[in-house]
Amino acid sequence: MGRIDRIAEPWGTRTPYGPGETWPTRVDSYLADGLTEDDVDRWVQTASILHSNGDAYDMAVKDGQIVGVRGRAVDRVNHGRLGPKDLYGWQANNSPDRLTRPLIRRDGELVETDWDTAMDAVAGRVKELLDERGPSSIAFYTTGQLFLEEYYTLGLIAHGGIGTNHVDGNTRLCTATAAAALKETFASDGQPGSYTDVDHADVIVLYGHNMAETQTVLWSRVLDRLAGPNPPQVICVDPRETPVARAATVHLAPRPGTNVMLMNALLHEIIGNGWVDRGYVDAHTVGFDELAKRVQDYPPEVAAEVCDVPVEQIREAARIIGQAQRLLSTVLQGFYQSHQATAAAVQVNNINVVRGMLGKPGCGILQMNGQPTAQNTREAGADGDLPAFRNWSNDSHIQDLARVWNVDPMDIPHYSPPTHIMQQLRYIEEGSIRFFYVTATNPAVSLPELTRIRSLLSQERLFLVVQDLFLTETAQLADVVLPAATWGEKTGTFTNVDRTVHLSEKAVDPPGEARPDLDILIDFAHRLDLRDKDGAPLVKWSDPEGAFEGWKECSKGRPCDYSGLSYDKLRGGSGIQWPVTDEHPDGTEHIYVDGQFWAQPDYCESYGRDLVTGAPLDETEYRALNPTGRAVLKAAEYLPPHELIGVDFPFQLITGRTLYHFHTRTKTARAPQLQAAAPEVWVEMSASDAADRGWSEGDLLAVTTPRGRVEAKLRISGIRPGVLFLPFHYGYWDEPAGHEPDGHGRAANELTLTDWDPCSKQPIFKTAAANATRLAPGDGPAAAPTTTGSRPVAGDVPPTRGGAAAEAVEELATGGAR
Amino acid sequence: MKLGLAIEELHRSENHLARVLLAVSDRHKADHEVFYVARDIAGWSQRHVAELARIGADFGVDLDAEPEGEPGILEKLQQATSDLLGRRPEPGLLLLADLRHVHREAAGVSLDWELLAQAAQGARKRELLGLAERCHPDTLRQMRWANAKLKESATQALVS
Repeated sequence: MGRIDRIAEPWGTRTPYGPGETWPTRVDSYLADGLTEDDVDRWVQTASILHSNGDAYDMAVKDGQIVGVRGRAVDRVNHGRLGPKDLYGWQANNSPDRLTRPLIRRDGELVETDWDTAMDAVAGRVKELLDERGPSSIAFYTTGQLFLEEYYTLGLIAHGGIGTNHVDGNTRLCTATAAAALKETFASDGQPGSYTDVDHADVIVLYGHNMAETQTVLWSRVLDRLAGPNPPQVICVDPRETPVARAATVHLAPRPGTNVMLMNALLHEIIGNGWVDRGYVDAHTVGFDELAKRVQDYPPEVAAEVCDVPVEQIREAARIIGQAQRLLSTVLQGFYQSHQATAAAVQVNNINVVRGMLGKPGCGILQMNGQPTAQNTREAGADGDLPAFRNWSNDSHIQDLARVWNVDPMDIPHYSPPTHIMQQLRYIEEGSIRFFYVTATNPAVSLPELTRIRSLLSQERLFLVVQDLFLTETAQLADVVLPAATWGEKTGTFTNVDRTVHLSEKAVDPPGEARPDLDILIDFAHRLDLRDKDGAPLVKWSDPEGAFEGWKECSKGRPCDYSGLSYDKLRGGSGIQWPVTDEHPDGTEHIYVDGQFWAQPDYCESYGRDLVTGAPLDETEYRALNPTGRAVLKAAEYLPPHELIGVDFPFQLITGRTLYHFHTRTKTARAPQLQAAAPEVWVEMSASDAADRGWSEGDLLAVTTPRGRVEAKLRISGIRPGVLFLPFHYGYWDEPAGHEPDGHGRAANELTLTDWDPCSKQPIFKTAAANATRLAPGDGPAAAPTTTGSRPVAGDVPPTRGGAAAEAVEELATGGAR
Repeated sequence: MKLGLAIEELHRSENHLARVLLAVSDRHKADHEVFYVARDIAGWSQRHVAELARIGADFGVDLDAEPEGEPGILEKLQQATSDLLGRRPEPGLLLLADLRHVHREAAGVSLDWELLAQAAQGARKRELLGLAERCHPDTLRQMRWANAKLKESATQALVS
């Protein structure tokens, strides 16, 4: 056993291993000051809730409080390891400013009330609106942080009960393009990869994916391969010099907004050089000739010019990818939140498909998720899609869902695609949506162009309900605030990007009168008196396990089949990968084995969309294109970004995350070690741009776009010239004005533009034109972490350390103390 | 042969479609997806205009390769007005009418490409046929976009 500062060393101690070997176990733990394992009353099973990796661990409970965490050695995802947010983030649960009673707006002020009053106000307003304006006046916006059971229940209430098409999750901001790209290529969501592919791969390509910060434990797995014999080659596509970039064999740093150009050029090289598995392509795909024709126009020389990347680097990357024996590709926000998001992500799929690198060890695609339970938002239908990957434009799927729910098929809205959040906002703007129910997310900080968002959410004619743990920026604008229980205070399941399902059990009681989200939703349904077609209550369960059993029935026979799972089965051992069925009772490590897809016209989730216009294909078009359900190869032309730099706004602005925070910091800022590691917003600029202007580390800058202004201290980092980076975590709840800037903006989304990918509907956070001016010389360095993508390249900056308060324990399987 | 005439007519109708798409974009600045996508796909028609002008020379017609209708002061004014009217419900209905108009214009252009392709085939003009085969799918995608957007927008505009 060794002690280690996991703020200073986010990935912990190396446990090297070679290709095909099992990743060694390392059990990480952290207990509150002065406590040892002997002091713990009991350990309660759970998994990560502050990032999307799905690390399994146990919560330590003492005297009715969570006092620490310990990784689960038996789990396939993390083999005992934990990331910094797992180790320290749980402390937010015990925060004294948790919401403990419902709030209601009276004479302009939010005041405490009782549950009956609050819920009657919520249900009452819905009933009024249903009478006056119908279901299209009602909208729901949820999250990637609730549990599967809650999403499924929410989707049932909204789609099957109220009958509105306006349902989405904040997964639209993080993972919508993952789903869209999979639907384009494989006609269904569902990840064709497994974390164990890291153990076997000889080439790992990370496209716009700063895995070192977003999934620290998965990155530890890669680092352990890199430290072992016969390490894989790593290729990184990212305009910043992230830890991934520093570990890469080739680092491509394209201009923001040019991903499709780069990807088309990579495919141009791969196809042009014949690095194609013709047998696989002929047997299992459609569209190869069109793809080859499309990328013909994109030689590396053209891409080198447009992307501003050396042509030799593009060729070198293509050669490594083209000659890989076991290729693992991963994708995240650098592609998803950028211009032409889906078209770029689809090209990643195309690479693995034309190389025949799917469905076997080391060969996979991980279109990553940004949030811990985002996969369930998508599966269970809380992102607006129908549950269990049913196809909204296939009538027989609607009838089947109506059977499961015992409602009339006409009651399930399926006349058009679900209304994504950005379109919901448009309807709120024009006044046709009048009721907006927000669960566990904070749009007043996380959505683009915040001046617009605040003004829309503050409208008198809109009834805003916010269900959350804290009085967030959004909650401060609400008409009713419902205090919710969180992770550790309620039971449920959730699933990570490699389809591993985990059970998270209740360890302690929620504070005050706070209630589990599931209980609140069921209460809501009862107050609305929602019923099935036989007059029985629509929601037929009253607890999480009942909801899970309902979900099992709903998902049976669909790609994300949970029918072979149960709470009992998930207790005690490792998480299990869906599909889990009678034939595969222990789950499924690889889907799409031997080129068998879920793309048959009668079965598939989606017929696909036009990658440029977003127009959905209809059934006839899809049947003609892909009658036997193969993988679909398609590609788009490159289009220039919609907002271009010029004299007034000479920089490209991108926004993103840091390792130590999650979302809008509602939890991570309340964990002292995490908050201290990244206490304040900063802006990154390259050394050459700073030198041109005579600016230094720590200078106070104003960053502006046509939409707003943010003030931040300058961090001179390894970012590419011409680009500025702002972390998006910092809002206003811990500042004087509470929900808006007090003259000094610090939320990155003051600056972002309202534009989204027409195919996935994911907002574009990484292609805006901006200016920077210096307000004052610095009085010390920016408070940005030195361990991550914000590592300084100039100035005298003290390293990021957690000190004694951040000392965690590592136990290596070999017994070797650190 | 009247191939020159057919090229000239298509040059006119593509120019018109580009202008219609840009005008729809300007009128619906507050509907961000319409604003951006209409501009992106107006670019297809503008590219067709340039290509038709180039090939027109081989058939004795002198056509302007520069597409008409780059946005001027009036269009900027239109964008600002549409932003200001964003809080009112009427733009929803106006959008339906505009998308219907785009669909009709694109359908006309599509038929013009059919005519040109038939003629090129009959006259064994390989290059001209190649142009039609390259461009016509873009027109069909413009039509499908208008159709899909109309379908998607209709319910909220008409029911709420």
